[in-house]
Amino acid sequence: MALTFLRGIQINPSMLYPSSYFARKHGVLYCCMRSAQTQTATQEKEQTKLKVSTQSQPKAVDKYLKDYEAVIGIETHVQLSTLTKAFCSCPYNYGSPPNTSVCPVCMGLPGALPVLNSKVIECAVRVGLALNCKLSMNSKFDRKQYFYPDLPKGYQISQFDIPIATGGYLDVDLPLEYGGGHRKFGITRVHMEEDAGKLLHTDGGSYSQERTLSHLNIRMDIDFLGFLIQVDLNRAGVPLLEIVSEPDMRTGIEAAEYASELQRLVRYLGVSNGNMQEGSLRCDVNISVRPIGQLEFGTKVEIKNLNSFSSVSRAIDYEISRQVQLHSQGQVDQIVQETRLWEEGAQKTVTMRKKEGLADYRYFPEPDLPGVTLTEEYVDNIRESLPELPEDKRRRYEKMGLSMQDVLFLANDNNIADFFDTTIAGGADVKLAANWIMGDIAAYMKNEKVTINEIKLTPQELGELIASIKDGTISGKIGKEVITLRVMI
Amino acid sequence: MDEFGMGSTTEGSAYQVTANPWDLSRVPGGSSGGSAAAVSAGQCMVSLGSDTGGSVRQPASFCGVVGLKPTYGRVSRYGLVAYASSLDVIGCFGTSVADAGILLHAISGHDKFDATSSKREVPDFASQFIARDNLDSKPLKGLRVGLIRETIEDGVDPEVTSSIRGAASHLEELGCTVTEVSLPSFSLGLPAYYILASSESSSNLSRYDGVRYGKQVVADELNSLYGESRAGGLGSEVKMRILMGTYALSAGYYDAYYKRAQQVRTLVRESFRAALDENDILISPAAPSAAYKIGEKKNDPLSMYAGDIMTVNVNLAGLPALVLPCGFVNSSSVALPVGIQMIGAAFEEEKLLKVGHIFEQTLQGCSFIPPLVSDESAC
Repeated sequence: MALTFLRGIQINPSMLYPSSYFARKHGVLYCCMRSAQTQTATQEKEQTKLKVSTQSQPKAVDKYLKDYEAVIGIETHVQLSTLTKAFCSCPYNYGSPPNTSVCPVCMGLPGALPVLNSKVIECAVRVGLALNCKLSMNSKFDRKQYFYPDLPKGYQISQFDIPIATGGYLDVDLPLEYGGGHRKFGITRVHMEEDAGKLLHTDGGSYSQERTLSHLNIRMDIDFLGFLIQVDLNRAGVPLLEIVSEPDMRTGIEAAEYASELQRLVRYLGVSNGNMQEGSLRCDVNISVRPIGQLEFGTKVEIKNLNSFSSVSRAIDYEISRQVQLHSQGQVDQIVQETRLWEEGAQKTVTMRKKEGLADYRYFPEPDLPGVTLTEEYVDNIRESLPELPEDKRRRYEKMGLSMQDVLFLANDNNIADFFDTTIAGGADVKLAANWIMGDIAAYMKNEKVTINEIKLTPQELGELIASIKDGTISGKIGKEVITLRVMI
Repeated sequence: MDEFGMGSTTEGSAYQVTANPWDLSRVPGGSSGGSAAAVSAGQCMVSLGSDTGGSVRQPASFCGVVGLKPTYGRVSRYGLVAYASSLDVIGCFGTSVADAGILLHAISGHDKFDATSSKREVPDFASQFIARDNLDSKPLKGLRVGLIRETIEDGVDPEVTSSIRGAASHLEELGCTVTEVSLPSFSLGLPAYYILASSESSSNLSRYDGVRYGKQVVADELNSLYGESRAGGLGSEVKMRILMGTYALSAGYYDAYYKRAQQVRTLVRESFRAALDENDILISPAAPSAAYKIGEKKNDPLSMYAGDIMTVNVNLAGLPALVLPCGFVNSSSVALPVGIQMIGAAFEEEKLLKVGHIFEQTLQGCSFIPPLVSDESAC
């Protein structure tokens, strides 16, 4: 299939170090195909509470950790779930066979021109408002130029000096098992851009070859001298929002919770499925360490390949330990500005590439697209259409007298929150409704790997049940049995 | 045509050099020289060209045909291999103004696949044309015409200047008021144009990287694959402009080159606006000389670039311009045609075509059919 559309790239292996394929100057490169997982299972996995392993941290360094402070900032790419791509009318569905959702525009054919999908602006404005940002009423697109086989035009349409939104913040409630507490993390900017394609490459009969090729059903010949890389452009041109945080986080948990709150936010807003395993939400972490009391930042290291919130947290904690150890051993010069890759198997970060000075992307205004002008009326309409956001929901639940644990659970997922809100809107007791949802219903959902929208029980029925137990019509024990029956049938 | 529209002679073609039908040892102009030569030689009625800095108008002048560069955005660029996106326009060639107008009408209008194409209504240009028998003695009475002073000064072939002055007198006879106007930023347009066009082309041509297009070189690593595929696949003029543009956009040089060129572009636009407030149309030569010999400027790119001085400012301002033959240069062995350029305000192609049509029909004693096709070429 891919061969009919795209030529492979042949490179002699003798000079080639496979990791150089990863060495792109931008974003995260997804080279390996991930197995298709159902969204339910994936969400389940992401919602699992973070477990921070301390085993991967060198024990010797523990006593020094308290003398140092980490400074962490996160760049997040959120793939927007618009019906069509950013600049053409191709749909995007994760996992489609390679090059089945492409057209002259997203393939970068000569003569093809981009036309902006207005939904991208709408999503960007929604996210900008939800992040309490200042919107640029007049912004524009720019070209970010670099060569890479997954970038068919040789430039990425992005925003450079006038991002659509700047200077906001995100409220985060930390989980109780990590001490709880409220944090406000600054947002530097939000800008719109297009995603790149994916490379599929074979390296001499390894797992990935068999995996990618048999999985994708591509018939291809491999030059015995070289690697053959193939390009899948399904993802090229898919709209992204890049959200850059201020360097406000200090621990792996804070960073993971920031990312988790962003995921919650984009799901509440309906702009993205926020799925990390599918690459719909991707985090690159910047981290430096400095002795407590020191004003200037330490040398910054970037970490990529973080595919879950727990890997964000664990990668940061590993990296803090590594850098603190170098500090404490007087080897601070060993901390160099570089990009490191999180290796999930080994539970450690490894050097991906050292910075060869600042990359020059030769940005200039995209001449194929007119400027983006927002009107007050347009922004007001979007502001009025925003749903209740996670932070507001949590504060409202708190005011109802629910415990923080209940609040965090219910507000974590907007579908669960909606179920809860509908239940109590019918007059059900708040605490009892929370208990039933978090108890028997959640247990059932977890066992059966279903979402709350997939169970049979309706919020009205739950409300009636709670009322019946409360007025003594049925006992709590009977209620439990009724629930068990009703959720399933 | 010149490869990717980069050149003024067709000598930069990846295939063959086109000869000028008036004198086969001379260039037809460029980049769209083939389209102009084909119309001039009677091989077709009309043809299309792309005009980024004069690539329709200069060959029209060199080949003695009508060349029309519409307002930026009047014609969709979808399907046009991009050279410099903010300057590129599809233009029309014809043996008469009427033919060029009919062709323009056919290709104009908004295209949802080109976000820079205009939504303005397209007038029926042909309905403006008045047959010669119906013209009164002063058909252009009251039309204010500005002759751009900077285009008839030093560096312009005196015979070209006198042809343009002759054309100006003809316009006066038709009832126009002709005055000289000055566009102070005119000479800045040429360097600004070459910086902006090269910058945009360096980006637009990135896709020709050997991954999908061009001959892919088997290489040891990715950078060599790109470098060697592009080195072997692209022509020398194209590579020179990509290098110039890449340089102009590089960190540390962007402000000195690209940004300043954009500021010049604003100045150029404003000076045209002021001149067109005072005048209905502006006139100038379409090129500083008639067609020159093949090979004459091949090794002197700066001299070739200087030949674009008459046309590039119009692209920077995005304005429409009509070139039509108005006289001859007779100093060489064969008479060579000279074109006059008429520049209008944005989206006023209708006015240019109307004036051009009257000018063309009332020009006495000139036939712009090359000797190759007919022997009646004397003026």
